[in-house]
Amino acid sequence: MEPIRMKYEVRSDDFSVAGEASGKIKRTLKDLGLDASVVRNVAIAVYEGEINMVIHANGGYIEVEINPDKIKIVLKDSGPGIPDVEKAMQAGFSTAPENIRALGFGAGMGLPNIKKYSDEMYIDTELGVGTTITLGFNI
Amino acid sequence: MLTVKNLIEKGNMTVLVDGDEPEREITGCYCGDLLSWVMSRAQSGDAWLTVMGNVNAIGVAALADTACIILTENAAFDENANLRAQQNGITVLQTEKNTYETAVLINSLLNG
Repeated sequence: MEPIRMKYEVRSDDFSVAGEASGKIKRTLKDLGLDASVVRNVAIAVYEGEINMVIHANGGYIEVEINPDKIKIVLKDSGPGIPDVEKAMQAGFSTAPENIRALGFGAGMGLPNIKKYSDEMYIDTELGVGTTITLGFNI
Repeated sequence: MLTVKNLIEKGNMTVLVDGDEPEREITGCYCGDLLSWVMSRAQSGDAWLTVMGNVNAIGVAALADTACIILTENAAFDENANLRAQQNGITVLQTEKNTYETAVLINSLLNG
């Protein structure tokens, strides 16, 4: 069976549309009849990725590949890169500015949530070039 | 069983957005304003108590599949959020009670 592929653009500095891609992906997975917990895990991880792109990276894009046994998600941006990945993975560590925190973000839970809800997570980041996060979810 | 509709009536809630599922059962309650935290901890079917009435709160409620959002202490609800909630069929309620008082009320209705 050919995998199902989807691609979404995440626009920069636009909190009013952040969550659109994860919402669409959630509906698609639900329509495919996937287990509710898998759908929730993917939706949360992608939403966090979207928010990270809006806050830190001037947007980016999200690729989804749905296979019979696995969902692969690639979150790719051309932002500033992550200087210290280990630190960024710590729950509670945040570099989000005050105006972002006032919106309810910047709890330092973005990357930790992505790790928590995915079965596989690889971060490829380079300062000044961008960050690509590849996620795998078992079905 | 406590439904969203029961909660509105018994809790004397103001309805800001009338969602798609008035008969949905409320199975629990979650309180919090940090969206990432809420998204990872709130359970499907919870009534979510918050003061965060922006468009992103609607996104979190949709993803976490909470039964409704309750803005406590008459917290503000912005126009973008209103629009997004209507598009997504999310019930948004408001009360003058604070989060603690509202949670206590929901607890008594859940166990009443």
